[in-house]
Amino acid sequence: MGMDAVFRALGDPLRRRLLDSLHARNGQTLGDLCAGHAMTRQAVTKHLAILEQANLIATQRRGREKLHFINPVPINAIAERWIRKFERRHLTALSALKKSLEGKNGENDE
Amino acid sequence: MNNKSSFVYVIYIRTTAERLWSALTNSEFAQQYWGGARPEAEWKLGGAWKLTFPDGRVADRGEITEFDPPRRLAIRWRNEIMPEFKAEGWSLCTMEIAAARGEAVKLTLTHAMERPDSKFIGTVSSGWPQILSDLKSLIETGSAAQPPKYDFPK
Repeated sequence: MGMDAVFRALGDPLRRRLLDSLHARNGQTLGDLCAGHAMTRQAVTKHLAILEQANLIATQRRGREKLHFINPVPINAIAERWIRKFERRHLTALSALKKSLEGKNGENDE
Repeated sequence: MNNKSSFVYVIYIRTTAERLWSALTNSEFAQQYWGGARPEAEWKLGGAWKLTFPDGRVADRGEITEFDPPRRLAIRWRNEIMPEFKAEGWSLCTMEIAAARGEAVKLTLTHAMERPDSKFIGTVSSGWPQILSDLKSLIETGSAAQPPKYDFPK
């Protein structure tokens, strides 16, 4: 269940579109997902299997239907590892700027 | 097709079902991955459950509707702070622990409400991925990835 599988799964525009579609409307059936995309049922099934293996979607049975849910947990892990730490540096720079500007005119709102 | 709002989260954690179960049902431990909020309960079937914000306000209240250690825990809960969330009524949060490949367990968390486009479910859904990531880091490495900062509503 490595990061590699997650990046590989995300490295395909059709799979990203399926995730967008689930983000817009969670809990869709295979039929719903096929209807929204110009893809064969087999292609959608294959892409969903790759997304599920990467843990980017979770499925649940409700009666005879299988519903697909976007699982944002691995994407959150990517954000933690690859985005937030850079963002933090950015925020530190901004707060240093704020301090120096506020220091200059002698005002402080803290 | 969807007359209910639900989110499903899956996370794999290198631990045993028993250790994960105790991480889910121990208030002291849970506070560390809940970003400072504290879930407290009488941990048994029918027990009262509540989530307290760091400033002491009770954010949510409910009851334990399934208690099957170390496999299945379900809590029926309602928001107490935001009038528009409270008006939506009861949500159901189910946590299921299953064996996974290797020395890991699979945690499936479902949070649902029997109404479409629930604002409450939409809002909690932005918090769960971080809570679950911190739960994983805390169990696997002994510390949360970073002190999480949540914007607790005023």
